[in-house]
Amino acid sequence: MLAKYENVIVHIVSDAMVPFIQLFALYVIVHGHSGPGGGFQGGVLLASSVILLRLYLGREASHRRFSTKLMVALATVGMIIYVLVGLVPLATGGNFLDFAYLPVPGVSGAELRALGITIVEFAIALTVFGTLVSLFDNLTGSKE
Amino acid sequence: MKWLAAAIMGLFLALMLYATSGLPDVGDPDAPANVHVSPYYIEKSLEETDTPNLVTAVLADYRGYDTLGETVVIFTAGLACTLILMRRVY
Repeated sequence: MLAKYENVIVHIVSDAMVPFIQLFALYVIVHGHSGPGGGFQGGVLLASSVILLRLYLGREASHRRFSTKLMVALATVGMIIYVLVGLVPLATGGNFLDFAYLPVPGVSGAELRALGITIVEFAIALTVFGTLVSLFDNLTGSKE
Repeated sequence: MKWLAAAIMGLFLALMLYATSGLPDVGDPDAPANVHVSPYYIEKSLEETDTPNLVTAVLADYRGYDTLGETVVIFTAGLACTLILMRRVY
């Protein structure tokens, strides 16, 4: 059972930390393009921010913001985005996941592949995010 | 029986140690792993994918299919755990 944590210091510090953890997660996802980081790591960071919410807000308040259903849906959406982005080049003459054939006019093949990598990173992050938080919810016995 | 198992383990260990003598040295530039596709990635990944991070280029573009499989594994494992642990009776 997750109850609300009755301590004002914990609440204020965590309230301040959650948005910055999520901002840092987005930074890590996008920074995977030019340095260490990427979808898996960023997704774990996003999940950790929601798990922190669960720990100090308790079940009812945190589920109003991020319900388990939403998390499973996000994981599914990430998976679907990955597969669809992989399937689009098939229609325009490329191979599966061959991002150079994405139908965006006026962009060179290399830049299209960079774009495809970024989309894929976000899809991975969504999947990892949703999977980890729904696992946490189920292990702590959260009900719908 | 215990000594037989120990002897088999010892024999296996000796075999494995003997096999390591045939492996290339760590960091050997002529090792098969370093002459197959790695040089191509190192030379071409920046101009082909416009991504400064070589690891990301290999992970999400050249080996995108592999990463798709990895993501499916995570997703399926999480979904299976959710279905097993879900506190709902149908």
